[in-house]
Amino acid sequence: MSPVTYDEVLAKYEPVLGLEVHVELNTKSKMFCGCTTEFGGAPNTQTCPVCLGMPGALPVVNEKAIESTILIGLALNCSIAPFSRFARKNYFYPDMPKNFQISQYDEPICVNGYVDVAIDTDGGPQTFRVEIERVHMEEDTGKSLHVGGATGRIHGADYSLLDYNRAGIPLVEIVTKIIPGTGKYAPEVAKAYVAELRDILRSLGVSDVRMEQGSLRCDANVSLRLIGVETLGTRSETKNVNSLRSVERAIRGEMIRHAELLNKGEKVKQETRHFQEDTGLTRSGRSKEQAEDYRYFQEPDLVPVAPDAAWIETLRAGLPEQPTLRRKRLQSEWSVPDKEMAAMINADALDIVEATVKLGADPAKARSWWLGEISRLANEREVALTDLPISPTDVAAIVALIAEGELTDKLARQVIEGVVAGEGTPAQVIAARGFKVVNDDSALLAAIEVACAAQPETAQKVRDGHLPAAGALIGIVMKETKGQADAARVRELLLQHLGHTI
Amino acid sequence: MIRKSAVEMAAALAKGETTSLALTQAHLDQIAAVDGAVHAFLHVDTEGALAQAGAIDKARAAGEKLSPLAGIPLALKDVLTQKGVPTTCGSKILEGWRPPYDSTVVTNLKRAGIVILGKTNMDEFAMGSSTENSAYGPTHNPWDLTRIPGGSGGGSSAALAAFEAPLAIGTDTGGSIRQPAAVTGTVGVKPTYGGVSRYGLVAFSSSLDQAGPCARTVLDTALLHEAIAGHDVRDATSINAPVPQVVAAAKSGDVKGLKIGVIKELNGDGYQAGVRTRFDESLQLLAAAGAEIIEVSCPNFEYALAAYYLIAPSECSSNLARFDAMRYGIRVGDEAGASAESVMNLTREVGFGREVKRRIILGTYALSSGYYDAYYGSAQKVRTLITHDFIRAFEKCDVLVSPTCPTTAFKIGEKASDPLAMYLNDIATIPVNMAGIGGMSLPCGLAPEDGLPVGFQIMAPAMQDQRMYSVGAALEAALLSKWGAPLLSQIPALAGSK
Repeated sequence: MSPVTYDEVLAKYEPVLGLEVHVELNTKSKMFCGCTTEFGGAPNTQTCPVCLGMPGALPVVNEKAIESTILIGLALNCSIAPFSRFARKNYFYPDMPKNFQISQYDEPICVNGYVDVAIDTDGGPQTFRVEIERVHMEEDTGKSLHVGGATGRIHGADYSLLDYNRAGIPLVEIVTKIIPGTGKYAPEVAKAYVAELRDILRSLGVSDVRMEQGSLRCDANVSLRLIGVETLGTRSETKNVNSLRSVERAIRGEMIRHAELLNKGEKVKQETRHFQEDTGLTRSGRSKEQAEDYRYFQEPDLVPVAPDAAWIETLRAGLPEQPTLRRKRLQSEWSVPDKEMAAMINADALDIVEATVKLGADPAKARSWWLGEISRLANEREVALTDLPISPTDVAAIVALIAEGELTDKLARQVIEGVVAGEGTPAQVIAARGFKVVNDDSALLAAIEVACAAQPETAQKVRDGHLPAAGALIGIVMKETKGQADAARVRELLLQHLGHTI
Repeated sequence: MIRKSAVEMAAALAKGETTSLALTQAHLDQIAAVDGAVHAFLHVDTEGALAQAGAIDKARAAGEKLSPLAGIPLALKDVLTQKGVPTTCGSKILEGWRPPYDSTVVTNLKRAGIVILGKTNMDEFAMGSSTENSAYGPTHNPWDLTRIPGGSGGGSSAALAAFEAPLAIGTDTGGSIRQPAAVTGTVGVKPTYGGVSRYGLVAFSSSLDQAGPCARTVLDTALLHEAIAGHDVRDATSINAPVPQVVAAAKSGDVKGLKIGVIKELNGDGYQAGVRTRFDESLQLLAAAGAEIIEVSCPNFEYALAAYYLIAPSECSSNLARFDAMRYGIRVGDEAGASAESVMNLTREVGFGREVKRRIILGTYALSSGYYDAYYGSAQKVRTLITHDFIRAFEKCDVLVSPTCPTTAFKIGEKASDPLAMYLNDIATIPVNMAGIGGMSLPCGLAPEDGLPVGFQIMAPAMQDQRMYSVGAALEAALLSKWGAPLLSQIPALAGSK
């Protein structure tokens, strides 16, 4: 059976999504103890009896984490529960010190919100409303490193190392309701939703939202149902989706995988799957057919969370500018057409362009470099724009050098390539590669004389008024100056040299 | 000296008649002499205790202002962490573990200058009523070494009755302070839930566990109560309010005009004749002291035991999940090629005793999806009903009373194979834990038929712990004048005892 194309999936099925996003809060201390949350410390140096789950140790809620979660709930248009509780989620895993995770179960702190996300469709920009079911607090687990064995998983490993630095870092889980009706745009809507969430969280300042460091993690639930059918299909839950691009790829991939199974008359297994960055495919994780029984019950070591209504209103009043409003503001400040604005948002380039503009670059130029040459390099390398090793500072410097006539557009492209290749800052690349715009007219005239001497007949044609022939001579001059001349100036000087007045 | 009360010892220290070092050494000598027979201690911290005593003597000599119990030795139940000192909870699984931190109770004891002699024996993870469930062998009741000293805190109460320590710390989840106090002729108090920090108390059932003071007199108990109680930022369930004035109450012992309610359901059938005799006599003494005795009914107490044996095991099944051989305690089967899961299974198989396993399995079942509502959910509703019974009863009276236990101390081995009979021993103590209120047990005489101590239980509304001390002190005084000497003066001498 030949593989199913994406269009064939859509001809027959409707995708239904559900997204669970875990956000690590950037509180200074952990959720239930005073240990630091700093990323990258030596293993097990950021622990104490509480986050190691030592016998007798007790959790105490980090008030800042509650505040951050309420802020998230408010920004996602949720109701804030006047009374919510923590619950224990019981299961055994060596990287979980207590063998239960303190989470929230049937009494989460925020419920019933929504996020509007705009994507670029065939019919122009379109807004989809993603409804939020709940936002709840929990603690992160430690990290296991399974050494030996082929898969890097616990089964077949020679031994495993445990690092509890991450254990107890506050996590907020944001769960959507089911998202139907996105059709062919399902992957884009999912990606745009995660991007929007990330922007909102960043604007709130409650998380570093760095997907590559795992401070924002997305689990994508996908199911297909025959078009026109009400009943939901069986879903798979894809974990390990660690970039915006992966969100899109994972969903597209799962839609195709489900369709292939369904077309063969097979069933989709309800299971956890792991996204593979290299192939863009998912592989089976643990099966959820025998649903794990977490034996939730209310956490007896903690008292209920009952935030004061006045406090909630104070927090609401202090909410920052919504990312959608900010986008509208920037669009008008920079006078960007709709389509290009959508492209910029789609490429996740808004922050990076804004940062470049803040460093003095002209908005149009900053945008065109980020969305043009730099995006091309990102696509080539299959990484996100923001993951390329080039910063707004680098781009602002390049834009400035062009404005000063120190670089041509052509040379600038090579400088960008050099920066991305790790050759250093733009200045270092220019120095190392010996780039220097030849704007010394005498040097150019010398090269022009060489060119005319080499092709006297062409030179004569130009003298006789056949201007298109000048191209060949300009080519020689550019070659002579190793491409470091400004072609427009060369043309000017060449035509003057051959008797034309400009 | 070791047979005196802590208050008398403190007076002797203050007058310079003795030193903490001498007092501590005297108790260490008594432990060396009798603990082979009693087995109250799992670990004696000779070096640490003497160092602490020496430091207190030095501070006293330097004229520093010391707290009332400074320099007095104490026996600590092995369920509370003390930095660097072995803490086993009576379980094999924690053998060799030396906690890296002090429990708040220990921090408070150290701040008060109280000398910690060592860690006392207990039913494994505080699950039991006899200390027979200790992985390190049972403790023997100093009144009759063939009998149980109660549980789970049998080690602490036996240490008091055997004059191995004048003060002890217990923890009470369903009666583990009060029932051992009752059967050893000592005093024990379970404070209001949240009155004493649980930080560093290795959890059995978090919503029921409460550490509390044990001693041989009501006033000693009150002094220890004030030393360990108070709000703790490390325990979210700790009450942020002033500690009830229990010492003042114990000193006054005034019950004139106080209404004392006798709980109909915790008396009568199923209670040993001698227990009922001593209980009724005590009521008469309290009435003579000016209290008004009335009868009240708490109809839902009938379900307390059943609900307790769902809630406590449910919480314990989760609390004890952390004992997985990964981070502390023993590790079994850690051979090349063994999986984490098999090491965990083997360790738990060897490390946990039968009663602990029984309760983990019971609790895991009760919390399972599909059973939660029928078991854990219903038990929580019963808990609310019991709390309401108490609230209604306290509308009619200031304190409630009952015998602490249905019987006097039973023989070691007598109920070991019948968990249900063992559970029934806690029938009168469990409601207090379910409602989170305070309860005290104090000795009210020896049962005529077996010559063993009987406990009198006093219960007070939440955060009204001082009422128990008023009533307890009044009854203690009345009994003392009736007997002419404390009950413990009648305890048979142990071989080698000082």
